[in-house]
Amino acid sequence: MKLFSKRADGTRREPMTDTQLLLTITICIFVVMYGLAILILGGGFRKPQMLFDILNDNAFLIIISCGLTLVMITGSIDISVGGVTALVAMVGVMILNGNILWIEKLLGSLHLQPETIPTMRIVFALLMALLVGLAFGAVQGFLIAHLQIQPFIVTLAGMFFARGMITILSVQPQKAPQALMDILQKRIDIPWLGSLNKRGELIPARMEIGVVAALVIVILIFLLLRKHRLGRSMYAVGGNQQSALMLGVNVRRTRFMAHLLCGLLSGIAGFVFMMHTGAGNATNATAAEMNAIASSIIGGTLLTGGVGSVIGTFFGVLTLNTIKSIVITSGLSEPWWQSITTGAMLCLFILLQSLVLMRKKQSKGKKKRQKRGKGTA
Amino acid sequence: MQDDIVLTMRGICKNFPNVKALKSVDFTLRKGTIHALMGENGAGKSTLIKVLTGVYTMDEGEIRIDGIEGPVSIRSPQDAQNCGISTVYQEITLCPNLTVAENMFIGRTKKKSVNWKAMEKRAGELLENLGIPARPRQQLGSCSLAVQQMVAIARAVDTECKVLILDEPTSSLDDKEVEMLFRLMRELKSRGVGIIFVTHFLEQVYAVSDSITVLRNGELVGEYDVKELPQVKLVEKMIGKDLEDLSVIKKGAAASQENYYEAKGLSSSAARPFDFRIAKGEVNGFTGLLGSGRSESVRAIFGADQVTGGKVTVDGKPAKITKPLHAMKHGIGYLPENRRGDGIIADLSVRDNIILALQVIQGMGRPISRAKAEAFADEYIKALDIKTASTDTPIKFLSGGNQQKVILARWLLTHPKYLILDEPTRGIDVGTKTEIQKLVLKLAEEGMSITFISSEIEEMLRTCSRLIVMRDRNIVGELTGESLTQEKVMRTIAGGGD
Amino acid sequence: MKTKKTSRFFANNSALLIPLIAILLLVIFNLFRDPGFFSVSIAANNNGDPVLQGNLISILNGASELAILSMGMTLVTAASGGQDISVGALAAIAGSVFVKVLKGGGAITGSTVLLAVLACCAVAMLFGAFNGSLVAFFRIQPMIATLILFTCGRSIAYWINGGATPTVTSGIIDGIGSFIPGIPIPTPILIVIFMGILFALLFRFTTLGLYIQAVGINQGAARLNGINAVGMKLLAFVLLGVCCAVAGVIGVSRLSLINHETLLINIEMDAILAVAIGGNSLGGGKFKLIGSILGAYAIQALTTTLYAMKVSSTDVKAYKAVVIIILVVLGSPVVKEAMDRLWKKLRTSHPKDAGKEAA
Repeated sequence: MKLFSKRADGTRREPMTDTQLLLTITICIFVVMYGLAILILGGGFRKPQMLFDILNDNAFLIIISCGLTLVMITGSIDISVGGVTALVAMVGVMILNGNILWIEKLLGSLHLQPETIPTMRIVFALLMALLVGLAFGAVQGFLIAHLQIQPFIVTLAGMFFARGMITILSVQPQKAPQALMDILQKRIDIPWLGSLNKRGELIPARMEIGVVAALVIVILIFLLLRKHRLGRSMYAVGGNQQSALMLGVNVRRTRFMAHLLCGLLSGIAGFVFMMHTGAGNATNATAAEMNAIASSIIGGTLLTGGVGSVIGTFFGVLTLNTIKSIVITSGLSEPWWQSITTGAMLCLFILLQSLVLMRKKQSKGKKKRQKRGKGTA
Repeated sequence: MQDDIVLTMRGICKNFPNVKALKSVDFTLRKGTIHALMGENGAGKSTLIKVLTGVYTMDEGEIRIDGIEGPVSIRSPQDAQNCGISTVYQEITLCPNLTVAENMFIGRTKKKSVNWKAMEKRAGELLENLGIPARPRQQLGSCSLAVQQMVAIARAVDTECKVLILDEPTSSLDDKEVEMLFRLMRELKSRGVGIIFVTHFLEQVYAVSDSITVLRNGELVGEYDVKELPQVKLVEKMIGKDLEDLSVIKKGAAASQENYYEAKGLSSSAARPFDFRIAKGEVNGFTGLLGSGRSESVRAIFGADQVTGGKVTVDGKPAKITKPLHAMKHGIGYLPENRRGDGIIADLSVRDNIILALQVIQGMGRPISRAKAEAFADEYIKALDIKTASTDTPIKFLSGGNQQKVILARWLLTHPKYLILDEPTRGIDVGTKTEIQKLVLKLAEEGMSITFISSEIEEMLRTCSRLIVMRDRNIVGELTGESLTQEKVMRTIAGGGD
Repeated sequence: MKTKKTSRFFANNSALLIPLIAILLLVIFNLFRDPGFFSVSIAANNNGDPVLQGNLISILNGASELAILSMGMTLVTAASGGQDISVGALAAIAGSVFVKVLKGGGAITGSTVLLAVLACCAVAMLFGAFNGSLVAFFRIQPMIATLILFTCGRSIAYWINGGATPTVTSGIIDGIGSFIPGIPIPTPILIVIFMGILFALLFRFTTLGLYIQAVGINQGAARLNGINAVGMKLLAFVLLGVCCAVAGVIGVSRLSLINHETLLINIEMDAILAVAIGGNSLGGGKFKLIGSILGAYAIQALTTTLYAMKVSSTDVKAYKAVVIIILVVLGSPVVKEAMDRLWKKLRTSHPKDAGKEAA
């Protein structure tokens, strides 16, 4: 019984929890991979802009994945996130175009000055994004947490509904007016991370507003999971629902809130997606839900629940998309290599996690048996 | 109410369909004492505990708690908590993925934000104070079961409980861990907490308890001071003598001398190496208290756990039995102890449950036709008098006794040469019990070897011609012929003289 | 007496009620909307052969791939308690192999087609075994395990055909995809019947059904009765692989080309839905194959009805979602319980009626 003699005195490091262990693996693999890409492939990877490009293109995916991580930690799943994102983007573009009549009427009745109307449209687009997201989250959360319907089926229906609504709203792809897009697509220049182009001029690194939003959300969700009672309840529910109930956690409310937040985040992701592309289209954010699930898994979230972190998910998104960039830059130009390598990587991560957790369990079991043998001999 | 009494239960009755689980049971717990609640399976211990913790509601009786005016009504686990009754169950009801500190405090505050520093500091103090060898920031799943158990106790203690119920806390702990737990229990005792200690281990009762209440068949046998009740007496009180007249059952003729099954040094991931043999037509039994290793031994024989060593001969020929299928092909059948978990396939029909084992032995390519299955099912439903609406009824809708008969039918259908029955009569009414006992003897007369395990020694004495006694996972004796008396068996089980 | 028998029938087959009610409602709705909706006529097709036509035929024909996949999905669900989300991708791989083999050896004859079918079945079984081993040996949740193939399967299909979407023109392929000359029933329907009979024979002459259910309900007890639980799970995934291959061949034959991106797109979701609507628990255990098949036809009937109501093909999803939600809410245990309570209350408030019924 070494445990007994060595009381916590601050000098000894605590062994990592499952969450920390998987997070560390993810970050290490990402760093090694990016490092190797810089050393071997060089080129674009030497410039910070490469990283920012990945972030710019995937800000919405980071936000979705954060929501999905919450849901997965409680041991549930949400596959409607991609559909909701696309739907929100479509609604947003339509509002910006002035295609949604009741909002136009509302704007008309407010007696605004003509030049403020476009800006007001942006505000309405954002409000609608939040509202649509919340609505999806609330309905799905209610069905899953209170009526105890399988999450997969509920959110599958959610996905169908969202995707179907897009074409019901507008069969034609829509494009937001350029004037408004100029406002929305404002980029933040970061000169000190810039690089010189061929002519020796300094090109500053550029980051979109959506990235800032994504980073803020990552931090907020991190704080929620770490510091808030609700976040800790999510881990408890995912760890063992029955125990959580016995420990006095409100299981239903926790599961509901996880889905509600996931819906809200999908709404925000939709707005960010619209800011990035300025297009409403039925094929927007295709397979985003699967990319988000893959990111969360790579980031060390277990679908069984109770284990995961939003920081890991952030690195999961980066890892997933860095692989894609590496494939492109390394000359595997055929279109199929991207997803084949992604699949292979995913396979690797899933097997690695399964083996790590299995071994951990096994070594514990062995120790126990040995101890038992000694104890009564 | 006397000053030092913290809990009184008077005239507690609880009926289930077909069974009177508790018949007017009284129970008294004093402050700062450890009170053992003893009894074999089906004695009513767990029902009494569940009444007290609000899992069941009692049909009659009253419960009084120190400091609360009048009888209290406990209708949910939450009510019990509010009355100051905390329970630590055998299966740990904590979250393995959270840290020790979190497990102690989650779900207890109304505060929105988690103050990790304060929480860990408080948890650290509490653990230090109670001498629990866990660190607040450790993941609970990485602690040993004993420590997890203690963390659960620490949580209970911190909610300022007056009554602490420990339901089989030691069943999965080794000696050192048990000692650690006892130290904690004594510490709590000195703080004035009343502890109800439910266990199967006699020595542990004598190591920590102050008084003992014994239940048998749902009735109170009595409350005793630990010093007044020697171990052998306790076993006698727990097991008692069956009052019903079972003289009809007579042990069959002596078995042949030829061994059907023999094992030397057989061991598995759960069982220590042991030797074992059974003759054709013999009925023998493993006896010992729960957790003594009797079930693990027969599981090793059947290949149910990972077999790690040993030499096995079946019917004179060496055999390799590492999977249940091997055993089945050698004519061995096994009725598991845990009927619900390992025996029945809950959603399948009675018919499918009956033919399952025979079907597996026949192989995938030779399914039993519907008509034949129906005939088999009907035959055994009649033969064993199984009460079911139809052969199509899912087995989960049958009563426990009838489920057990279905599992028995499943193995009888395979016409085994050697049948292992682990607690076949647990939780079954007296009539069915007698039926099963008679059946066992009849089968043995027809030449079947049978290993019979039961918590009721009376039952084993009636059926078995040889008893293998186990204690603490080792075989400690073998009794045959003249020495097969209740007293002798109890002495061997209890060990260390009287 | 008679009512007792019928009530027992419903007790035993209550799982089939949902798809049957769904189909019935759709039929009634359509008959009200357009009495001639289900009329079947015989008309000549492009080749001049007389063939059956009408909405009923197009529902049965259109649901073929879904019905076949839902059979395999039912087995996987029952044995593993999870779902395979890679069936569409696997069907695309199988379709690509099918076309690759056809293109490889000169003229397309009956024997090359047979060879191609066998080849694509073999490949699909191999991938099924890959999924199955992840689930059975590494104990990874089916959805996660099959996410791998879901992610890269269609790209593998693209790769197999070297980045092209080749077409195959042959009478035999047409025969598989639409009509065999002289037979007025669309071939895919015949293939579904063939597969259905195949599975029926498999369940009739082996104990697969019993074993899979036993493993799905109580793996521990199944093991103690000598059933190889790991093997059963693996086998379920391999059989699903075969179903994917057959569905892929039908899909390719319909269009005479392989398009890795669009072949049976999103069908995994529909297949899972068919299993659920068919009254099978997605948590595994007891299953009824016929339920899933009915579920598949219910989904197709809904789709066809919506098309007939001039709902565009992309909008259909939204309506489908509403129907799904209504079905699962009605089937949810919580709602059922509440309904039971309401029912009891109603009965106790009319004690006379209750007495009558009991008598």
